[in-house]
Amino acid sequence: MEELTIEAGRAEAHYWRDLWRYRDLFYFLAWRDLLVRYKQTVFGVLWAILRPFLTMVIFVVIFSRVAGLPSADGVPYAILVLGGMLPWQFFAASLSESSSSLLSNAGLITKIYFPRIILPASSVIVAMVDFAITLAMMAMVMVWYRYLPPARIVFLPVFVLLALVSALGPGLIATALNVKYRDFRFVIPFIVQFGLYVSPVGFKSAVIEEKLGTVARLVYALNPMVGVIDGFRWCIGAESTLHVAALAISVGVSLFLLWLGVRVFRATEKSFADIV
Amino acid sequence: MPDPIISVEGISKRYRLRHQSAGYTTLRDSLTDWAKGLVGGRRAEVAAPGADEEFWALKDVSFEINRGEVVGIIGRNGAGKSTLLKVLSRITEPTSGRIRLRGRVASLLEVGTGFHPELSGRENIFLNGAILGMTKAEIKSKFDEIVAFSEVEKFLDTPVKHYSSGMYVRLAFAVAAHLDPEILIVDEVLAVGDAQFQKKCLAKMKDVAGGGRTILFVSHNLTAMSKLCTRGILLKQGEIISDDTVEVVAQQYLDSTLQPKDGESFSLRHQHPNLRLVGVTVDKEVADYGDSMTVSTEWQAACTLEVGIECAIRDESGAGVCYYGSGTIAGKEVCFRPGRNSVSLHFPRLPLAQGRYTVDIMAAKTCKFFFVFAEAAVNFTILRADPLGAGYWFCQGSNGGSVFLPCEMQTENETVIIGLSHASAPASEQMP
Repeated sequence: MEELTIEAGRAEAHYWRDLWRYRDLFYFLAWRDLLVRYKQTVFGVLWAILRPFLTMVIFVVIFSRVAGLPSADGVPYAILVLGGMLPWQFFAASLSESSSSLLSNAGLITKIYFPRIILPASSVIVAMVDFAITLAMMAMVMVWYRYLPPARIVFLPVFVLLALVSALGPGLIATALNVKYRDFRFVIPFIVQFGLYVSPVGFKSAVIEEKLGTVARLVYALNPMVGVIDGFRWCIGAESTLHVAALAISVGVSLFLLWLGVRVFRATEKSFADIV
Repeated sequence: MPDPIISVEGISKRYRLRHQSAGYTTLRDSLTDWAKGLVGGRRAEVAAPGADEEFWALKDVSFEINRGEVVGIIGRNGAGKSTLLKVLSRITEPTSGRIRLRGRVASLLEVGTGFHPELSGRENIFLNGAILGMTKAEIKSKFDEIVAFSEVEKFLDTPVKHYSSGMYVRLAFAVAAHLDPEILIVDEVLAVGDAQFQKKCLAKMKDVAGGGRTILFVSHNLTAMSKLCTRGILLKQGEIISDDTVEVVAQQYLDSTLQPKDGESFSLRHQHPNLRLVGVTVDKEVADYGDSMTVSTEWQAACTLEVGIECAIRDESGAGVCYYGSGTIAGKEVCFRPGRNSVSLHFPRLPLAQGRYTVDIMAAKTCKFFFVFAEAAVNFTILRADPLGAGYWFCQGSNGGSVFLPCEMQTENETVIIGLSHASAPASEQMP
């Protein structure tokens, strides 16, 4: 027979087991968000494809045709940019959607128990679905450019996973802070904007090393998205070598942020129902 | 040795009430507090003393519930009932104390938690089921049962925003009713829906209770509670006042609601030197729908005079429900002789909803000049109200008003008379 003890300030040993029990809720909440997003729209679910497609077209047209930028190492510039832009968009969407997930589901939090971490996590999953669609789009762009990626593209899922970890950690921290400090909803768009410029989206990380030296590159890798984007580019052939030390630092920071995110979230979780 | 499935040991819950124009903590506040602490070289105080007020929603509450018991939790608004259920269902953490739960808990604090208006009935069954803690496989296996119970088969693929409130509630309860937990925590869910649905819900809950499950039930519907529960717990200002059989506790609850607010008798807006109201009593303070009632009044007159005796019955919100006036409606004044005079007002039938009523007594001259105006001179409570014995819970504050108007209904082909039954036994189950 299962026994449950509720006590003030007690870290429940049941938490992770509960998370497993409620595993279907991850799926259903993500499914709900996706379904609801396109309800009552003329194109319906087509928007899920149309939205990233239009973004992509803009990038491709601007960077390759209008800007007329050269392709590096035989890789079209558009693909180089997409390799940075797509993971970044995923990160930005995860961060902004997960941070508002608890507030937009306040009705649930005050009326029913479930491990709260499911809410931000499932909004990251929603962003993941969009990400998957844009990746498929990128494949089409490659076909259009008649570009054959190298065999190491099989490692792409590893970096998708890294992107997920990198997004979840800061997402959890932002979620917890957003419930307590409502100012955070104004801070997040700023972080997203600022982050775009400090991440190697419009340029290669190698530029940092060329201009400022190896140490600067390693310091730069403290931004977890550096590891993700570099890895992405490496997989699709837009980067010839993988800077292993920098990647290790990015992975370390990602894992640390995930650990910190879970801790911060768990610590504030219990008061959510009282604050929201 | 009984086997407690729930043991609650000294649970307290404190809320902090922030006296601030801005309800939420802002980052600025925290940062300035922190900065002040740095500058001052000591820990910043979170807030100035007196800025936060503590409020104990629950104070040292302890009880044990055995397997298979159906317990009703009774109390006025703000007594801590909902907080207790929230703590038990792990929505909020207690400030101190300990709870042991030996079984799977499902709580139903609101009907339709997590329903999304844009999603169809079918989609909402899955979503709501998952939110309530069911796995996808469980929901799939019970899907047909849920649909059958909810009676919304035809509209399964319609977004629930187009549902009537009755359909919405039926669907929501249907999902929750098929949870199959060992401990079920239910908060005031029967207050919605029609008679048939309420009956069905009660039957389903009885079914659940009969299956050896433990139920904790909060409701203002004393009729439903006395039908369903075996034991009652009365809460008042966060403390347990009484823990006994449901009949005893329901009576104590009624007694506590009937007590006058400040120990005074009625409030007199007007008295007149020549005529004073000296006493008002009611023959029963608790009655059922359809019962009779007599209000007796005692008057002290200084001279011979003729006045109309007027009487208004008001519901809990203070709205007038019905009115009787000897001078106004009946057109007859009462003749008082010097000295003591008594007047009794007999109502042969109270067609009133469950709830508390107050009675105003006035002595007036053609409704222009009040000799005496006694506001809420007496009060009484209608305990059980089911006008036609169909299982409907007729209560104040729902959209059904406070007075039941008998009605004769006819169709083209046959004469179906519904609504003229003078069923005075509200607990009767048969249809008229």
